[in-house]
Formats: sequence, C-alpha cells, structure tokens
Amino acid sequence: MSKIILETRGLTKHYGGVHALDDANFILHEGEHVAVVGDNGAGKSTFVRQVTAVEQRTSGEVIFDGQPVQFAGPLEARQAGIETVFQTLALADDLDVPSNLFLGRELFKFRLGPFSWLDRKTMRERTMEALATTAVKIPNVDNPIRNMSGGQRQCVSIARTAAFASKLVIMDEPTAALGVQETAQVENIIRGLKERGIPMILISHNLRQVFDLVDRIVVFRRGRIVASLRKDETDGNDIVSYITGVKGGADVYV
Amino acid sequence: MAEATHGLGGLKYDPAKRTRAPEWNVFGALVLIVVIFEILNRMQGGSFLFNMRDNVDAIFNQQRLDIMILQVAIIGIIALGVTQVIIIGGIDLSSGSVVGATAMVTMSFAQTAMVNGNPNPKAIFGDWAMDLPVIVPIAIGLACGLLAGLINGVLVAYTKIPPFIATLGVMVSARGVARWWSNGQPVSFPTETYGTLANGDLLGGMTFGLLSWPGQNPAVVFVLLAILFHVIMTYTLYGKRSYAIGSNEAAARMSGINVDRHKVLVYAMAGLLAAVAAVLLTSKNLTAQAGMGVMYELDAIAMAVIGGVSLAGGRGSILGTVLGAAIFSVIISGFTSIKLDAYYQEMVKGAIIVGAVVLDQWRQRKRTRG
Repeated sequence: MSKIILETRGLTKHYGGVHALDDANFILHEGEHVAVVGDNGAGKSTFVRQVTAVEQRTSGEVIFDGQPVQFAGPLEARQAGIETVFQTLALADDLDVPSNLFLGRELFKFRLGPFSWLDRKTMRERTMEALATTAVKIPNVDNPIRNMSGGQRQCVSIARTAAFASKLVIMDEPTAALGVQETAQVENIIRGLKERGIPMILISHNLRQVFDLVDRIVVFRRGRIVASLRKDETDGNDIVSYITGVKGGADVYV
Repeated sequence: MAEATHGLGGLKYDPAKRTRAPEWNVFGALVLIVVIFEILNRMQGGSFLFNMRDNVDAIFNQQRLDIMILQVAIIGIIALGVTQVIIIGGIDLSSGSVVGATAMVTMSFAQTAMVNGNPNPKAIFGDWAMDLPVIVPIAIGLACGLLAGLINGVLVAYTKIPPFIATLGVMVSARGVARWWSNGQPVSFPTETYGTLANGDLLGGMTFGLLSWPGQNPAVVFVLLAILFHVIMTYTLYGKRSYAIGSNEAAARMSGINVDRHKVLVYAMAGLLAAVAAVLLTSKNLTAQAGMGVMYELDAIAMAVIGGVSLAGGRGSILGTVLGAAIFSVIISGFTSIKLDAYYQEMVKGAIIVGAVVLDQWRQRKRTRG
C-alpha cells in the first residue's frame, strides 16, 4: 500500500447535544481520490471542517503527512498543504481575479509591513497561467468578480485551489451551483489533479460525477462512516442503499 | 492539459469588457451640478465659476474657488480616514468629537506665554508648557487622535460590538473630554509658528496663467494626504486587505488575514487623520473650543457616500471621496451663490446624503441580480 497522506482516528464533533460527527475513522492514500457522500446532515461538511480546522474537533486524532496535527485554523491547515474549496465561496466579491487568487498570500515588490508594495504584474501573469490550465473563460480578470457568473466565480475558487495545491485538496460540493458546461470544466480540473498525483477528498451529491472521478467512495450516515467502497467493487444502487440506511448498520474500518 | 489552448482563447484581454470605474459617474455628477449652478447663477445675472468683473484679469471667480477648496480641505482630511473605515465595512461617528478633544489638548501645548506684553489670559498649564517648539503640540495632537482611533479599533475588533455603537460611545466620551479639559473655556493664543501652520501658504500663491492656486496649507495638506492614501489603498497590502475585509470578512479571515489587527490599524489611521484636521483647524482659527468639529463626522461620511463609497463595505475609493468632497463643497457654495437660505441648505444636504445611499443600494441590487 502506498503512503497514507491523511488519517483520522475517532474524529468526533458535537454541537451541544447534537452529534454531528461520531468516531470517524478515515484513511486517504497518496495520489488517491476519494468521494465523501451521504444525505444532508450526514456529517460530510462537518468532517471537512474538522480536518481543515475551520472548527475545532471535540475529540479524536488527525494525522496528516505522517504527523498528528492540531491546526489552530484554516490558515495553518493551508500552510501545511491542505487546500480547500468551501461550499460557501471564500471569495471577496469586490476584488478582481488576481487579488482573489492571491488573497492572503500576495506577492510583493518590497516588504514594508502592512504597507508592502504589491507585485500586481506578476500576480496577474500567474493568474492567467492558472486559469489557462482550467479552461475557464473570463473576459477580463481585472474586473471585480461580483459581476461574474456563478460558474466563473466557482472556477476562480477552484483555480486558486488547483494552483496552490501541494499535498491535499478538499472540495465541498464544487459543482452544486453550476451548469453542465461549467461542471465539465470543474471535472477537468479534478482530473488534472489526479494526473499530477495530488490526493483529493470530494464531497458530492452527484453519484454520476463520483463514479466518473474518484477511486473510492466513503459513505456518511447520521454522523458516522458506514461504508468505504472501491469504485469497481460497487455501483450506484449499492451506494444509495448505504446512504439511505438500507445497508450497513455498523461502523466500517478501512 | 489539452484544454489549455481552449481556455487561453477566452482569456484575451478585452478592454471593452472592462467595467467602467464608478468614479467617472461621480465626476459626471460633479460636472452636472456645476453646470446647474452656473445656469442658475446666469439666470440671476451672475456666474458661479467665472469672473464677471471687468476690472479683474482672471478667467475664474477666484474668491469662490478659494472658499470652496478651503472649506472642504479640513473636513476632507477627516473624510480620507472615514473612507477607509467604511471600506472595511465599518463606520466612524467619533471623528468630529475627536477633532474637538484633540483641538483642546493640542492647543494647550501650543500656547504662548506673553500676549501683547501680558501673561496669556487663557493659559492652561504653567510656564513649562509655554512657547514649546511647534513639533510638541503637533506630536501630542497626533498621539491624541491615534489613541482615540485605537480605542475605536479595539472596541470594534475585539468586543465585536457594532462599529456604529462603539464609535458612538467614543463620540460622546471624546466630546466630554473636550469640555472637561478646560472646563468649557476656549484655549487661545498659540505661538506664532503654530498660527502659521494653517494660515501660511507652502506653495506661495502659485499661479498658472489666469488660474491661481488658493494655496493655503490645509488645502495643500489635503491634496498631499489624498495622493498618499490613494497610493496606499491602490498599491499596497494595506489597501488590498481593507477591500478584502469589507468585501467578505469571513473569506478574508479564512485567507489568513489578521482581520482584527487590520481593523485596529484602519481605525487608528482614521483617528490620526482627524487629529491632523484638528491641528489645522486650531491653527487656522488661532483658538480651540470644546464645540469644535460638531457634525464633522456626518459631513465626512457624506463626502465619502456621495463619492461612491458603499456603506456595505468593499467598494469606493479615495479618489471617489475627493470627488465627493468637491461635490459637497460645490453644493454648499452653489446654494450660497444663488442666495438660498442656510436652513434650506441643511435640509437639502440631508436629502442629498439619503439620495446617495439610495443610489448605492439601487446599484448594489442591480449588480447582484445576475
């Protein structure tokens, strides 16, 4: 078996009395693409929020790249190499495309604390390169993204993730609000990540997409992981049975 | 990737697709308002902008231009700070009171010992505080404004109370400080150097052909600060962070921007600019009074809003505020030029502020529609 990039042991999150995530044991290998599926409220997004440290877990362990980690926030997770596309777009509407791509990691001509001089030219060039690999059509990257379509904005968000991806990419419903053509573009970006050997966790409701893109499918139900199936050993009906609780009463350990 | 060439085709720079800078709209409004007042003045047999007197060799009505630029300069400096605060999604109601408090404190360190051979009748401190080098009151004044700004910033960033409430509290308290400082008495008779700060003319009455620059120092300081902050907001990390926070605070936080620290910095900057205004105002009037700066915060906010700075945060610019200040000044001078009563002026001013906000809301709805 290849090296494990991410492992969670007994990952648990309670919101007051609500057990949003219970004892999640999850393993992701290097270069592997895994889909996380499940009904609404099954704990998929909660799982992602614990791994990316948007929230602090109630208990359990996260082992990333061989080290037990306890990130203080999403920035630390990102600095460690976890790039995330969140369900709610983490974009600043009034900024242009390069500013959004480089938000929080700007390039500078010279540093002077908060008054550091931005290297706008290089950021713009690198943005064009990043967008070129995603086949996204954006008429003018210097416009604020407020005026762009949902698909274009999502592609900016994903281009940002793909451009800076290093060790792990997590996408939470990346195509939920997109049209057919835009969905195809996003799927192409994901295939590009696979070619580059970058591991990915994809949260999706779209089983067609899941079977198209990933190697393995992990099913969440009521805050627990109920199945972990290789794509070629399962089919859509099987997955739906796990999602709806027809199959799989007990926890599954991969 | 195979799709790369396909994508590049759509990425060609297309100048036609560039959205027009909103500052052009504000500039258009400015021109329109000037034209309207020119027409109204012509109907009364005068002129708003142009020199109508035969015995004076000038194109423009220099006196009116001078007044317009001067009356806008001091509040305009405050507006530069208020603009930044609004861009990060905040509001600063305290700036007028901060001007008042800073004016009192500053002036009491700028006093001269002897007035016409007699001891200074308005002396606040003993001899030790008399005839200090001019840098001392300036430094104390700026520190005063900075402190007020820091209090605003810390309240907003770390107690999470709405900026409206936090700065309202500081507004009331700062006015209290201004009145308490000398028990409501004016502080007067500054040193000669201090008095020339705002009354002197750094540029020495420059003329460009028939157009002469009104060149009083407050206007010079306003223009220089406007350029400085335009550059900071456009080309530096400070500006980028400000727009990002005002645009989507959660995204800014998630991108690793220290949002709270940046907020403190921006409010501190606004306090500092209010202090600059206070120094110039006291120097210009040669006195400080506890009531100085009343309603300045609203005028400053109005300049920003008229200039296209969105109260929702994230949108607007220093250039917009400068144009907004120009419109503000043109309207006031314009009303005076057509001899409209001062009471009406205030009513119309209020209506214009509301109108600008309504316009902003309307623009926002239009933008988010698609």
